[in-house]
Amino acid sequence: MSDKKDQLESAPQREKPTIVEPPPGTMGTGFFTTSVDQAIGLARKNSLWPLPFATSCCGIEFMSLMSSHYDLARFGMERLSFSPRQSDLLMVMGTIAKKMGPVLREVYTQMAEPKWVLSMGACASSGGIFDSYSVLQGIDRIIPVDVYVPGCPPRPEQVIDGIMKIQELAQNESLRRRYSKEYDDLLTKYKID
Amino acid sequence: MSETTERTDHWKDDHVVGDGLNELTTLNLGPTHPATHGIFQNILTLDGEIILDTEQTIGYIHRAFEKICERRPFYQITTLTDRMNYCSAPINNMGWHMAVEKLLGIDLPKRVEYMRVIIMELSRITDHIICNTIISQDAGATTPFLYYYQFRERVYEVYEEICGARLTTNMGRIGGFERNFSDLAWERIRAIIKDLPAALVEFDNLLVRNRVFMDRSINCGPISAERALAYGFTGPNLRAAGVDYDVRVADPYSSYEDFDFDIPIGRSGDVYDRFTVRQAEMRQSLSIIRQALDKLDKISDKTTFHGDVPDWVLPPKQEVYNDMEALIYHFKIVMGETEVPVGEIYHCVEGGNGELGFYIVSDGGRTPFRVHFRRPCFIYYQSFPEIIKGGMLSDAILTMSSMNVIAGELDA
Amino acid sequence: MPAFTIKTERDQLTIDKLTERFGADGFTHERLYDTMCFVVPKEHIHDVLRFLRDELDFTFLTSLCGMHFPGLPLELGAVYFLHNMRLGHRIRVKTHVSLKEAKLPTVTDLWPTANWMERETWDFFGIDFVGHPNMKRILNMEDFPAFPMRKDYPLEDPTREDKNDTFFGR
Repeated sequence: MSDKKDQLESAPQREKPTIVEPPPGTMGTGFFTTSVDQAIGLARKNSLWPLPFATSCCGIEFMSLMSSHYDLARFGMERLSFSPRQSDLLMVMGTIAKKMGPVLREVYTQMAEPKWVLSMGACASSGGIFDSYSVLQGIDRIIPVDVYVPGCPPRPEQVIDGIMKIQELAQNESLRRRYSKEYDDLLTKYKID
Repeated sequence: MSETTERTDHWKDDHVVGDGLNELTTLNLGPTHPATHGIFQNILTLDGEIILDTEQTIGYIHRAFEKICERRPFYQITTLTDRMNYCSAPINNMGWHMAVEKLLGIDLPKRVEYMRVIIMELSRITDHIICNTIISQDAGATTPFLYYYQFRERVYEVYEEICGARLTTNMGRIGGFERNFSDLAWERIRAIIKDLPAALVEFDNLLVRNRVFMDRSINCGPISAERALAYGFTGPNLRAAGVDYDVRVADPYSSYEDFDFDIPIGRSGDVYDRFTVRQAEMRQSLSIIRQALDKLDKISDKTTFHGDVPDWVLPPKQEVYNDMEALIYHFKIVMGETEVPVGEIYHCVEGGNGELGFYIVSDGGRTPFRVHFRRPCFIYYQSFPEIIKGGMLSDAILTMSSMNVIAGELDA
Repeated sequence: MPAFTIKTERDQLTIDKLTERFGADGFTHERLYDTMCFVVPKEHIHDVLRFLRDELDFTFLTSLCGMHFPGLPLELGAVYFLHNMRLGHRIRVKTHVSLKEAKLPTVTDLWPTANWMERETWDFFGIDFVGHPNMKRILNMEDFPAFPMRKDYPLEDPTREDKNDTFFGR
């Protein structure tokens, strides 16, 4: 009993957990002012709901990512949504064949703005090792992609790096971006209305 | 099969299909669905919640493996075989290497074969961990997935130490392995087989005699042995139906005849039997690994890691820099210019899902003329409509995950 | 590794019984490595397979695949992998068809497992299996215009514009 107490006492002291770093702003008694886009960016960044569009081997690495070793929940992605209407981040993991292309586009168009796309793995980014007649050579032929994570399959740490880049994008995005002409042009280029 | 004395399906007697009040519903259990582990589509015709018919569509991840293989030298095909049943990639790799070795007529030392056995049994354990934890997740218990996935991570650490990659391992060479297993790898393997039995006991305690799980999975998606054989089932699904066919025993390869293990079988081929058969197989795999480690301890030679195949195994670098022959072999192996004799073979191994077969037709060049993979998932998945007919929708979900359908192997 | 066992008596028994039933010129046989392979003309393939299943106990169809040999008079072919599970005996049965008349009788009445295997062979090679309940493409899209596993169909995606042929020596 006593050596357990010793163990507890001699264990390295962890720092008190801190909450998320606040954006730049003015702090007063009982209030905090900042700009709207920074507050919203903070909220969006830490509560993205991913849609795991797992097709092949990268899906198993995603399962590793989700489970306790490389926990994805600590990034706010505890709740995976398989319904596109309720998700923010489309994670395309694995090879997309040409037969699957229309399904992917349909899922993408059903998502509500703002939405981000993470292409995980070599197959989703560029066709991967499957240089054949039936594989779509990269999902950016049919939908706009925000972050590419190369690898075959990428290690979970690499995917976490990609997710953190998406978080950066979500945090720093202008609130008007989705209504801008530039974004409209992007969607027209992909023939998505 | 539960020998329950009372029937629980009296509602079936009163139920009349399509009697004007009940319409038939068409439900698309589409390619992207959280419960289908992999992308394949089932269009179900439902009467209320009972499934009357299923129309299956697969091919959403068809990557044309067989066509790609005709243009790749033999070592580059190993990377493709990884991606078929990606939950147990080393078995596919070793199966491919054994098929080519059969074509070449190569003999391997026992040490190499025992090392292969250890790796194949470790991958079989990981495949069954995924399948069983996913069955339990689909039945409602998420805990096993979170706890036992950790063992998969530990096996990944072993793979990393041996070949550098976690999931799609590209492990081994035609003739053995690319390097000897390091001490750290042996230590990790021993640690896994020390810790896994207790975890399996815990897993069993959670589910095997759990009333809720038993009610959910007994008589859910059964198949009889005759129908299973007619549909070409092999592997744990066939063993759950009661047939004790295991390629490791029927056509032993890689010195499996030196090992002593049982073949667990079930009785009715339902989800409960598949689950318990896989649990028992994990224990048998552990026993095989222990026997292999004992046999390896008895072999005095601790440095051989490949057979005598200079055409296919890279010579050590000192020789490459000093010896002309070794330099030429190195060049030919790396550039994929080694030729195989003309011939045609079929070799099968016991994969995580059953008999994984490799049919190679070689015309003497550096790439095969034709390669055909006998993929067990593709063959037994065609029985799915017959298995779930008359069952309920949630039973269909559970059956699908218990059959361990892996989309990479389904479509290839 | 070449420790495969060759079941000479079973092979000889199979050859003898087939000769007895179909005549010595009804088929040819050849041992390839460890397996006896039989080549049967397409008119008799269904009868031969039924005989093998019923009389010689080959109750398990391991696999069925197609072949394409450009240059031979009968270019396309199908290979049946049969397995007698009780005795552990495997054989292969092959048959050839020409490109113009690429039709074979279905074996789904003998082994239900041949259903998807034949669909795959149709999808890849264009061999039509007469009597199949659902002869549709299975792995490619239904309106795919060609039979991709034939040797004259290219492997790579033709719409790819970022591969420069000069660098790849094509």
